[in-house]
Amino acid sequence: MAKHHPHPVVDLRTSPYIRRAPSVDQIMRNVVYALLPVCAFSVYLFGISALALMLVTTLSCLLSEQFFCWMAKKKSTLPDFSAVITGLLLALTLPPGFPLWMGAIAGIVGISLGKILFGGIGCNVFNPALVGRAFVQAAFPVAISTWTPTFAANRFSEFIPSTLALPFMTPAATAEWSKTVAIDGFTGATPLALMKFEGVMVRTSDLFFGTTAGSAGETSALLILLCGTYPVARNMMDWRLPASVILGTAICAEFFYLLDPASYPTPLFMILSGGLMLGAVFMASDMVASPVTPWGIVLYGLIIGLLTVLIRLFGGLTEGVMYAILFANAASPLLETFTQPKVFGGDK
Amino acid sequence: MPEATRSETPMNLEIFTAGLWRENPVFVMMLGLCPTLAVTNSVINSLAMGAASIFVLVCSNALVSALRHFIPRQIRITTYIIIIATFVTMVDYIIQSISLDLYNALGAFIQLIVVNCLILGRADAYAAKNPITRTVLSALGMGLGFTFALVCLGGVRELLGAGSLLGFQIFSSNYQPWVVMLLPPGGFIVLGCWLLLFNWLKQRKTSRLIAAEEAIDHSRQIETT
Amino acid sequence: MTGSELKKPLQQAPDMPSAWRLVSTLTVVALLSGILVVLVYQYTKPIIAENKRIAIERAIFLIFPDANNALTFRIEDRRVVPVDANTTSGEIIHAVYDRSGQLLGITLEAAALGYQDEVRILYGFDPDKQCIIGFQVLKTAETPGLGSKISTDADFQANFHCLEAQVDVQHGGLRHAIRTVKHGSKQHPWEIDAISGATITSKAVGRMLNDSGQQLLPVVVDNLQLFRDAYQAETG
Repeated sequence: MAKHHPHPVVDLRTSPYIRRAPSVDQIMRNVVYALLPVCAFSVYLFGISALALMLVTTLSCLLSEQFFCWMAKKKSTLPDFSAVITGLLLALTLPPGFPLWMGAIAGIVGISLGKILFGGIGCNVFNPALVGRAFVQAAFPVAISTWTPTFAANRFSEFIPSTLALPFMTPAATAEWSKTVAIDGFTGATPLALMKFEGVMVRTSDLFFGTTAGSAGETSALLILLCGTYPVARNMMDWRLPASVILGTAICAEFFYLLDPASYPTPLFMILSGGLMLGAVFMASDMVASPVTPWGIVLYGLIIGLLTVLIRLFGGLTEGVMYAILFANAASPLLETFTQPKVFGGDK
Repeated sequence: MPEATRSETPMNLEIFTAGLWRENPVFVMMLGLCPTLAVTNSVINSLAMGAASIFVLVCSNALVSALRHFIPRQIRITTYIIIIATFVTMVDYIIQSISLDLYNALGAFIQLIVVNCLILGRADAYAAKNPITRTVLSALGMGLGFTFALVCLGGVRELLGAGSLLGFQIFSSNYQPWVVMLLPPGGFIVLGCWLLLFNWLKQRKTSRLIAAEEAIDHSRQIETT
Repeated sequence: MTGSELKKPLQQAPDMPSAWRLVSTLTVVALLSGILVVLVYQYTKPIIAENKRIAIERAIFLIFPDANNALTFRIEDRRVVPVDANTTSGEIIHAVYDRSGQLLGITLEAAALGYQDEVRILYGFDPDKQCIIGFQVLKTAETPGLGSKISTDADFQANFHCLEAQVDVQHGGLRHAIRTVKHGSKQHPWEIDAISGATITSKAVGRMLNDSGQQLLPVVVDNLQLFRDAYQAETG
């Protein structure tokens, strides 16, 4: 019999060989880094109004989070950066000339109704930024569908007239202003609205590089994709999620396109226009509100894509990404139950 | 007999005020939420709905109370529904004869008072067990409490959603209305906020009471030792 | 309170009253209910009818400010029949005359489903210009501040200074279907410029005018002489 050694010579450990998982604030910080180029590009396109909007929404998100932490006598949750993401994403989904006071309200509602009410970070059922946006969409339907042109003259020295509306007051009309600053004929319509109401298609390359009218950050598909690769490469986001959103959109759009190419747009147009890219990469991937099971993620993405196309083609609104994601958020606990992986060796 | 003991307790204002605040139908008992959410997009609609509900509540509960010894338990709900439906039909005609505009604004919700669980609930829980004077007093309190809640919602929704109160413009003409407040989601959000406020007030009150009792206990302990 | 109350159902459950007792109770209650409802109905019926008449009269005068008199007709199977002023059943139309007895126009009722519930309007038709010259809402439960703007929004009302409603050659319908278009995109005189933010109600107005116009206006145009003669006959 071999003599039993009290101290083994070789230190053997069983699997799993886990490295320390990134902490919440690490992930959130990295998502903020990934968002910064998108923000910078939108400031380049729309000028200081977009910048002011971002600052206001972020600040209102941070302040409301701090306020509720203080009310609940909890430790401040500001350092986890999640409120910063909410604020930035919110600003990116709003029109660049959105009145600042409305932006602040969107931030307050998003944080209080979308996040704190459910128990704060880690407990939210819906993406807080989208809750805020859905609220202002319903509250101020005119302001949220007023678009301004890109590359406006003096965009770095003067605000869009509607931006500085006094709190609780109706913003100034921007139609005249838009015509004077736009380089060529500006109709005040986003590519999706042009498609829906006028039957006009915007060139795909314009969509790809993002020089069309739209929300502050939803214009350049290419840039958003590039930025999205960063958290994916750092293993902080599941690439299958955005991929399946895009796939779902493509399948559904292709179906209608094949039915009648004359009246329905191409799948490529659907994918590149509106807020789909931003939604797919940064909105749908909200870590708390999306499923965690592998097949759940895929199903979740496909549902978002499918619903987006259906709302865009047949709904009353031109853009459907927001409602599609909110709906899929609500469905994600159900998706997780359906797609629970089998425990190895467990019941068949 | 429970009734005998009840009659012995003195008639006091508490029967009336219970519905106003402590047992408010909407904010505490969460009864009759359908009209609460549906018609409160302006103060005038809230008031009209409240008045119609008070009429139906008081009349039907008085009749139920008057007939309480006569109605067998087995068919009491059927009887209550017939009585309530009678008064709802009456109020329907009466509002039509007062103002067609008001009648049109309230739409189907006048007829739907018949399924307002506040009225049936009070008929079964209170009117069926209490003499008529108490029942009327209590129903009046409940009805006023219901109206108070409706006006609370209607006021906030009309003020934010249209910038006016009772049709009078409150804010400057440049005020940006919050359209969402006039739509169904606004009803849910405003109701949620009011419930938050009421529960917070209640919680604060109970915690103060507990603190006061503890202080008394503490002082007694000191006295005994 | 609680202890005795909880025991009560258990004690009472076994003794089931006779069927006779149950039926008689329900009969008495139903009788009582019937009497009350009938009393209120009888009392309010003339008041309600008067209210409805006043509402329509008010609407007629708002559409035709010069109106002095109006006669009530009913459209029955593409024919126009004079009826009593208090008639409410069927397709009721009113011929409106000025002080000198000249036919000013015809008012017709139209209804369609809006955002909340049915929206019912009274609209005026000018036979000389062949256009709709205004409407008044008779019944609406639309959201205050949104759908209710159809009667207050100045831009929307401007559509009805003269909304073309020309009857086609065969007198079987309208030459151009009346339709509601997106705010700011009105191009033809028969299009209605919608209120932005209240599209559903605006569309309902367009739909009801078109439905009613297609069906009734040809009949109205065919019978213009009848309306003109009716006033002479009435006043002698």
